[in-house]
Amino acid sequence: MSLEDPQDQRGAQEGELVGVTDEGVDYDALEALLGDHVIGRESHVNAEAFVIRPDEVQDVLFALRDEAGFDHCSAVTAQEYEDRYESIYHLKKYDDPTQEVGVVVPTSKRAPRSQSAEPVYRTADWHEREAYDLIGIDYDEHPDLRRILLPETWQGHPMGLDYNQDQPQVVTFESHTNPLAEDQEDDESDTMFINIGPHHPATHGVLHLKTVLDGEQVADVKPDIGYLHRCEEQMAQSGKYRKEIMPYPDRWDYSSAGILNEWSYARAAEDLADLEVPEYAQVIRTMAAELSRMAGHMLAVGTFALDVYGDFTAIFQYAFRDREKILNLLEDLTGQRLMFNYLRLGGVAWDLPEPREEYFDKIRDFLDELPATVEEYHNLLSSNEIFQIRCVDTGVLEPDVAKSHGATGPVARGSGIDYDLRRDDPYGYYPELDWNVITEDGCDNYARVLCRLQEVEQSARIIEQCVDLLAEWPEEDREIQSNVPRTLRPDEDAEIYRAVEAAKGELGIYIRSDGTDKPARFKIRSPCFSNLQTLPEMAEGEYVPDMVASLGSLDIILGEVDR
Amino acid sequence: MSSQDQQIDTETAVQSTQEDRMEGADDRFNSKLREAFGSSPFILTKFDQFMNWVRGSSMFMLQFGIACCSIEMMATYAIKHDLDRFGAGIPRASPRQADVIIVPGTIVSKFAPRMKRVYDQMPEPKFVVSMGSCTISGGPFQQGYNVVKGAEEVIPCDIHVPGCPPRPEALIYGVAKLQERTANGESSPVTVKPYELEQFGDLEQDELVDHLAQDIDEETLVMRYNWADSP
Repeated sequence: MSLEDPQDQRGAQEGELVGVTDEGVDYDALEALLGDHVIGRESHVNAEAFVIRPDEVQDVLFALRDEAGFDHCSAVTAQEYEDRYESIYHLKKYDDPTQEVGVVVPTSKRAPRSQSAEPVYRTADWHEREAYDLIGIDYDEHPDLRRILLPETWQGHPMGLDYNQDQPQVVTFESHTNPLAEDQEDDESDTMFINIGPHHPATHGVLHLKTVLDGEQVADVKPDIGYLHRCEEQMAQSGKYRKEIMPYPDRWDYSSAGILNEWSYARAAEDLADLEVPEYAQVIRTMAAELSRMAGHMLAVGTFALDVYGDFTAIFQYAFRDREKILNLLEDLTGQRLMFNYLRLGGVAWDLPEPREEYFDKIRDFLDELPATVEEYHNLLSSNEIFQIRCVDTGVLEPDVAKSHGATGPVARGSGIDYDLRRDDPYGYYPELDWNVITEDGCDNYARVLCRLQEVEQSARIIEQCVDLLAEWPEEDREIQSNVPRTLRPDEDAEIYRAVEAAKGELGIYIRSDGTDKPARFKIRSPCFSNLQTLPEMAEGEYVPDMVASLGSLDIILGEVDR
Repeated sequence: MSSQDQQIDTETAVQSTQEDRMEGADDRFNSKLREAFGSSPFILTKFDQFMNWVRGSSMFMLQFGIACCSIEMMATYAIKHDLDRFGAGIPRASPRQADVIIVPGTIVSKFAPRMKRVYDQMPEPKFVVSMGSCTISGGPFQQGYNVVKGAEEVIPCDIHVPGCPPRPEALIYGVAKLQERTANGESSPVTVKPYELEQFGDLEQDELVDHLAQDIDEETLVMRYNWADSP
């Protein structure tokens, strides 16, 4: 733990903040703070929400951020009702994510215009563009309100109610022009525009970086996403709660971190429908989730080495060797290598594989070898001089910038932000176990990689304790699923926003129920989507190879960015 | 042992690298083939057949990752599965150096024109392995508003490897099948309903095209999706 004394700092701040009590958030105090801005109040399952007028968004959010300490705009959910459009800002605190509040901004059906929150939380930039793209709400004062996931020439807003999916579409294939060209009056310092991606080995999939170079330095970089926007939210909204949604989370963050994604849906839906999860199942979930996290981090480290110094032969292969071991363990447990579909609402799909002792031995063998393996990574990677030259002090991301962009996970923790939902917003079996949250103060590419490597060790600690618990678990108490109704129909108009700590950070799910067996709105808050927004902050002014290193250190998975 | 013999021994030991190379040069370069073909140094074959054998034996894959399947594709290249054992393991970053494109993932409207262009940049003869359910039909995302219903809507495919995602073993089997077919000179019957890249000015005039006419230049390349006609 690298922060000197976070508890004390927190205490000092809280004294001045509105609405903080020992029992959590005092919503009446917040309502008093906002005064006339509040025109209504809603109760979501996770928190209270204030309804405000669409032209007072910034006033309200500034007050909540500066007076009440809500410094984390986790997500922006937009949706269309029969009679109105609605944007919901899900606010949290980095110091204590259990303190939440929602800000609901209804707009009229005829002219859906709402004030942008971008001046308050810079992360709202992309979130509002997504809302504009998929739902069709216009955000006034937004710096760059364009489509983000769909092509510019797309017709209609597909997550709206009256979208006709069968209408034809025309998509252009254009080379892009230099957006800075007009600004250059001096002939000697003209800039060059290059497209990096969407098909490029360094972009980790189909990401397109519109990059403007001044000499060898990056003058401007704009990530262009949406090359893998495969309608995950629509798919989830057309599936029934009980079983038809669970296969999809595996495909958001497909770096074999599937169990973590499944857990995010499971947690949100279980809280929404008020389902219990047996303790035994929670332990299995915790163990499987941490195995997933390790596999995801191995992939991140392996591909990062490939990015920064072309290390296809050593680190990349070593990382895949170790991933294969983890995938074998997960395959024994779930029956699949990558798309596990193992969690169920109210528990897990089945018990541990028989013979149990053999399975535990396999896991323990793997864990016994792990310290030597991690040591190997440190020898080859983090103490490698070339690697250090490429990574130390490049891609610097200051903590306040990271917070403003809503960065979470290893990206935030590499910037010294002590934020981990497993500890701060406890779920599963994590509170009962002994492990640490890793933070690094370096704020650079190197710190982020160190974070991941150390998190692998912490995951190993968690798994070890889980295995011991499972081995001792009395046979008659091995309940893997609670009693869940065959058809789930959560209460009408129940809304929830719940997040878990996935491999890349805070993976949140917003679900609104309309009383049927399918969600009326299913919104995914992807950690990579927010983390990727920090790339221009890290890359501008640096060299192109440093930008590639920064991109690698963010460890984005495009399936989760685009959803 | 005479002193002369010793002299010769020393000489042998200090034989230069060059001399060493000259000796047994034939063995070095031809031994295996020689053994296989007996005493004759000639192989009689048709040139086409020979080229097919060459093509099948050394395939350069395009380093092309789209979605989930690309993780399994990487696992196929990496240790344990090691696609290189089968003469098909060199991922090339540039399409201009590649023979085979493995399409590993869901193709969406924004990406299809780019994939088409990447495919067009590959030199002939080129082969396509479509990996996973998404490239066969759109897979689990088939109902999505933005998802192209299979790679064959855009480019012709030689081999389909089903699965979501296919295991590395399945991909290896697919690649081996492709090699076998290529070596035998078999080509796949290709049934494509292509979404072509065409100039905007050449599109059939309808309501949508009229509407977009002010935003899109006549010469801009576009791809038009008629979703209602997709399977």
